[in-house]
Amino acid sequence: MTMKVSSRQVDGVTIVDCSGRITLGEGSVILRDTVRDILGKGNKKIVLNLQNVNYIDSSGIGELVSAFTTTKNQGGELKLLNLTKKVNDLLQITKLYTVFDVKDDEAAAVKAFK
Amino acid sequence: MAMTEQRVSYTLDSSLETIDNAEEKATRIATELGFGDDEVMQISMAVREGAVNAFERTGDNLVITIRDQGPGMDLSKIPNPLAPENLLKTSGRGIFLMRSFMDVVEIRPSQTGTELKLIKRVHGPSAGGKEASQ
Repeated sequence: MTMKVSSRQVDGVTIVDCSGRITLGEGSVILRDTVRDILGKGNKKIVLNLQNVNYIDSSGIGELVSAFTTTKNQGGELKLLNLTKKVNDLLQITKLYTVFDVKDDEAAAVKAFK
Repeated sequence: MAMTEQRVSYTLDSSLETIDNAEEKATRIATELGFGDDEVMQISMAVREGAVNAFERTGDNLVITIRDQGPGMDLSKIPNPLAPENLLKTSGRGIFLMRSFMDVVEIRPSQTGTELKLIKRVHGPSAGGKEASQ
């Protein structure tokens, strides 16, 4: 199953609902293009909802890091929402859990933006 | 004296899924690289066959061997992706993850390039079993 994304706005925050696999190739490219489009439109508060992402490889992890740093470098902020156990475990193993702001409640995630 | 080593094909669903994934990934990447339909099919099939052959069970170990024609790398010289200066790098986690998930990760030169060997001890219900090959 390839990756699918859809974006919506909640109180000035762009929430990207992701589903499928973020892996080398298409999945990583879709995520990269999506974040780039959002930033290009001037929206700098981004939440990646990974509730339905069931698989991510090292390339996908790299793409999450890239999305995080790209957003930050443009003066924005990117948070992660609703991690599956698999993705959560990977972020723990790679110590990226300490880098990302991870939320498990959408309202709290939206509220957490300055 | 009977041989003590038994080589058995790994036939659990999880390995079949893995092989399917390898095939699907090969199809996707080959398509993205612009190969024609016939060539995509051939490349995907080669990967699938390679993946099937890559899985074997030796005693209570699942041994996965992947060979390529690349120059290989020195595992001792790979930067630690957990180091603060590397934490935000967008690549360099693949071998770290393999090492995290497997019991043994070996990279060595082969006759045609490099051989990667991944070993995981079998600890499920089939540990110590003698299932026949597929």
